[in-house]
Amino acid sequence: MEVKLNIKRFDPELPSDNEWWQEYSIQINSNTTILDALIKIRDEIDGTLALRCACRASICGSCGMRVNGRARLVCKTRVESILKNNEPLNIEPLGNHSIIRDLVVSLDSFFSKIDQVTPYIVPDSEPETGEFIASNESMENLLTSMNCIMCGVCVSDCTVLEVDNKFIGPAALAKAWRFVEDPRDGKKEERLRYLNDQDGGIWDCTRCMQCVEVCPKGVAPMDRIMEMRESAIESGNKSTSGYKHTESFYNSVKKHGRLDETRLAVDSAGITNIPRLLDLAPIGMKALLKGKLPPLIPHKAEDKEKIKDIYKKVEEKKQ
Amino acid sequence: MKYAFFPGCVAKGGAPELYDSAKIVMERLNIEVVELTRASCTGAGVLQEKDQKMGDILNIRTLAMAEEMGLTMLVICSTCQGVISQANHRVLKDSKYLDEINEVLRDEGLKYNGTTKVKHLLWAIIEDIGLEELKKTFVSELKGLELAPFYGCYMVRPSDALEFNQYPNRENSLELLIESTGATVTKYSGTTACCGFPILFINQENSLKMVSNHTGNAKDSGANAIVTPCPLCHLNLDGYQPKARRKNRKDKADMPIIHVPQLIGLAMGISKKELGLQKHIVSTKDVVKKIEEITL
Repeated sequence: MEVKLNIKRFDPELPSDNEWWQEYSIQINSNTTILDALIKIRDEIDGTLALRCACRASICGSCGMRVNGRARLVCKTRVESILKNNEPLNIEPLGNHSIIRDLVVSLDSFFSKIDQVTPYIVPDSEPETGEFIASNESMENLLTSMNCIMCGVCVSDCTVLEVDNKFIGPAALAKAWRFVEDPRDGKKEERLRYLNDQDGGIWDCTRCMQCVEVCPKGVAPMDRIMEMRESAIESGNKSTSGYKHTESFYNSVKKHGRLDETRLAVDSAGITNIPRLLDLAPIGMKALLKGKLPPLIPHKAEDKEKIKDIYKKVEEKKQ
Repeated sequence: MKYAFFPGCVAKGGAPELYDSAKIVMERLNIEVVELTRASCTGAGVLQEKDQKMGDILNIRTLAMAEEMGLTMLVICSTCQGVISQANHRVLKDSKYLDEINEVLRDEGLKYNGTTKVKHLLWAIIEDIGLEELKKTFVSELKGLELAPFYGCYMVRPSDALEFNQYPNRENSLELLIESTGATVTKYSGTTACCGFPILFINQENSLKMVSNHTGNAKDSGANAIVTPCPLCHLNLDGYQPKARRKNRKDKADMPIIHVPQLIGLAMGISKKELGLQKHIVSTKDVVKKIEEITL
């Protein structure tokens, strides 16, 4: 079968017009991966096409690219599996990375973010027997994050990194979780405090689930970030707007069975944070004029007492 | 068709025009609904940051109520859809976890057996009513109108909890709806992006950048309006568009954000007032005028 691949090219050595799309036609069979196709193009049609790959078996994490707007490992994706009506596949380098040439990106910012989370165990004491023994269960728990092959696919499609390069990002935060959870580590509290307070830390994730969807190894970075939010709160980190937001939401449902939108906005800003509250006021006024301000006295679920009972039951069990 | 209707908090709070327009459209389509007035908020993924299991208990409770009625649950909010689907997905994968939750629900006489389906109105129309039937209710084709789809994260990810494999049309349900009205689908970068609402109160600078990027990009790509099945996306893209556009693009907020039932209602020839189009922060006048020119 013949297919067309539309590839985003970039040559930094050209004085101008150094970015362009180039279309290639090649023959494939049903087993051809996108990586096979790219290598075939480089070997048989255009030796100037730059791409990075090594293991061809989704272990090394070298061949992350964007295919039809979504990041993937191209060695793990068969051409046929995403072909629609035989339309050309659009292949671009990973997003949120700087591009070196064609499909090859720089991993400098990726690894500087990994470095930011102290990606190694920092024990509190010396082991008694010459080595630290961790239980099988505790290690099994870490497997999700340890499966990370650092391919940059999650970073590519992260919607926060797209607008803010200070965000530590999904890969590094999933790595941070792995050490927060490791029983041999002695700095859990310090790690959580850093990730909680830091500009670009756990509360800056927008919960869009892109990283969960695109990760080729099931790391589900966002789920790890949410677990760290829960842990950070349990460790007493309660100064962020993020904490106030989730706490207000939790209490609103506890009290009314429903969401009290006005209260949520005020609580998240902080009831004593006058500038933030004044900032909310014009939006509230506009909504009021349009006849759509959320009710000041919140609507309630008919069964709010039953919902309170559930809260009581669950909270008692936790203590 | 009869459904257990779960309108969600925002349709009854900050976006009343969504609730009103959905009710009108459902009536026209002979969709009969029983509102789940005893149900709680889904937690919207926010409550789950503090306690995921609490969120799951509340949502399984709602699913159990619909199951008792023997009805599919109908929602009109992407976030409600996603959060409930995820809770459902977790208990269907882990029967021990479901048992634990049922244990909490027992006092109330509720038990969930895992059979309830949850469908956004957009999906219900495509899967249960059919776009051909829907088209029969339209007064004329909206030819010449360009509409940019904006799903909201929870309607597209994670695809396994949303059962995209089983229902392949879900992945492009919004494009299918827009095409059924005769309008053209605008191709732009925002379709499956995040609107920024979840971090509005946490990192407003980033949230507003998302708003200006998507609404500005839709404008640059020629859209007359953005259409969304999510009232939370609507709150941010509509309510915060003036501030975001002024700050990040130095231009005016001129991209109307239309709820899914409002688009259907407009194609049915229902008046803009009934559909609550005057209640938006960003004026819908131009797009409504264009539609009136087409339909009259």
